[in-house]
Amino acid sequence: MANIQLRNVRKAFGAVEVIKGIDLNIRSGEFMVFVGPSGCGKSTLLRLVAGLEDITSGELAFDGKVVNGLAPSKRGIAMVFQSYALYPHMTVFDNMAFGLTLEKGTDKDEIRKRVENAAELLQITPYLARLPKQLSGGQRQRVAIGRAIVRDPKVFLFDEPLSNLDAALRVATRIEIAKLHESMHNVTMIYVTHDQVEAMTLADRICVLRDGLVEQVGTPMELYETPDSLFVAGFIGSPKMNFIAGDKAKPFGAHTVGVRGEHLVIKPSDGTWSGTVIHTENLGADSYVYLEMGTEEPVVVRLDGVNNYKSGDVVHISPMDDKIHRFDAAGKPIR
Amino acid sequence: MVGTFDLWKVTKTTLFYLLVIFIVVESVFPFYYAILTSFKTGTDLFRVSYWPDSFSWGNYAAVLNTGSFPRNLLNSVFISATTVLLALFLAITASFALSRVRFRGRGLLLMTILAVSMFPQIAVLAGLFEVIRSLGIYNTPWALIFSYTIFTLPFTVWVLTTFMRDLPIEIEEAAIVDGASPWVIITRVFMPLMWPALVTTGLLAFIGAWNEFLFALTFTSSNDTRTVPVAIALLSGGSSHEIPWGAIMAASVIVTIPLVVLVLIFQRKIVSGLTAGGVKG
Repeated sequence: MANIQLRNVRKAFGAVEVIKGIDLNIRSGEFMVFVGPSGCGKSTLLRLVAGLEDITSGELAFDGKVVNGLAPSKRGIAMVFQSYALYPHMTVFDNMAFGLTLEKGTDKDEIRKRVENAAELLQITPYLARLPKQLSGGQRQRVAIGRAIVRDPKVFLFDEPLSNLDAALRVATRIEIAKLHESMHNVTMIYVTHDQVEAMTLADRICVLRDGLVEQVGTPMELYETPDSLFVAGFIGSPKMNFIAGDKAKPFGAHTVGVRGEHLVIKPSDGTWSGTVIHTENLGADSYVYLEMGTEEPVVVRLDGVNNYKSGDVVHISPMDDKIHRFDAAGKPIR
Repeated sequence: MVGTFDLWKVTKTTLFYLLVIFIVVESVFPFYYAILTSFKTGTDLFRVSYWPDSFSWGNYAAVLNTGSFPRNLLNSVFISATTVLLALFLAITASFALSRVRFRGRGLLLMTILAVSMFPQIAVLAGLFEVIRSLGIYNTPWALIFSYTIFTLPFTVWVLTTFMRDLPIEIEEAAIVDGASPWVIITRVFMPLMWPALVTTGLLAFIGAWNEFLFALTFTSSNDTRTVPVAIALLSGGSSHEIPWGAIMAASVIVTIPLVVLVLIFQRKIVSGLTAGGVKG
């Protein structure tokens, strides 16, 4: 159980400030996802929480106690790295037990029991005697997660743990992490990713970061339905939200109008806007129609099932009335 | 082309093996001749022959039973082994700092270490002699251990620093999260991964110390403190005009054996790919 508080946390590498003053409250037992484009500082922020980097200024508190100067191992955290970071010369068992053997006063039977329980949970018991190089990527990542579980942490940190896995394994491991969170409901988890699908599916709350600052914090549905800025609106959701600016947005009383592909309806005639089909993608369950209508990027319309539009067709579209996001010139929402 | 005799391919293979034979003979012959000579006695020594036609242990018995040669051999073993252990200990800890700890002047320090190794031995001989005299270790094994360590360290530190820099940083961070101190990281995480580098540099340091001549000649003065290379050079025959080639060759062969044994023991430790599997890829 740990409630994590960041108060005006900053981090500079030399003259370059990477984290520019972050205030954030992560509730005990929560699954918090840091998401953002590369270079936004999300991994650095995680490493600050872990204690692998020193905080330049500001305060980091676990359960109200400031831990700025505390070594990582004293913070009650465990971390899963993107590249697994297993000890290559140790067996799976030794990898998982290493942290416990360094703690004074933990007896061998106790260590064995804890490693075996974690291995059971992650279904890696048959591999305990193997070396990391004899395992597949997915198995290695499970060992890395197991190593973290064995330490019985209050806070679980994940640094893009799925990036090195292939697509199928990524989905499977994602589900395992979600189940893990359910079974360890009193452990606070922080998860860093650049993949908004992982963020949407795993998070209790998402923290969207941009250029070292918090852009918005909220549940996945809050971010999806009421984004606080153009940036969040464009970052969350797949396909990306359509932005229609200039004269076409004027009738709505906004600088930019944002409409998600699934909230656009194709009309036989008299739509709000019209455009030329330049590309279509059929995915079976749904399909995307790309329209050229003078916007910066083509407008995407998401349709259920298969569609029969061809390049060159002119179509009329209208947004669903209550699904329109209006933004002013500064990119802030008009509500 | 099927079934035709491929002349070019045969020629290439033949030329390749001729080259191999040439290189092997060229590099092995001096040692072969030394072994051959060490088994000859009397006037046989001055008769050129390429096959072992006479055989006697006389030279070996002479070398081992006369003078202080066995003592010199022990000196060499002690000095070389201590130098290797000392140099590796200092180099491992230094390279951890140089590769993993960020501090001001790190680059400068690395360049200085490299620069130190550029000086020829003879250039520092006089200065080193003064240092050793003032430390009061002249004519003791410690004089040689001290000076060999100085000359071995730059190379050892550089190789180990480069090697340690290539070890994945995440492994170290995982160990930090697991609660490992720098000393635990070095001894229980890094050292097992660095076996190939440790064995290689250790072996080279040993060979360097084992064969060194100039310092050994300068910093020792009595028969009992000399190392083997100096002892061999100072082996003398019945008169000042007689060079005891047989004894010199026997001593040389004896001196080479420990090196060969060491290489044979450790070569199986020099296995690559020790870090495979720890991180992705």
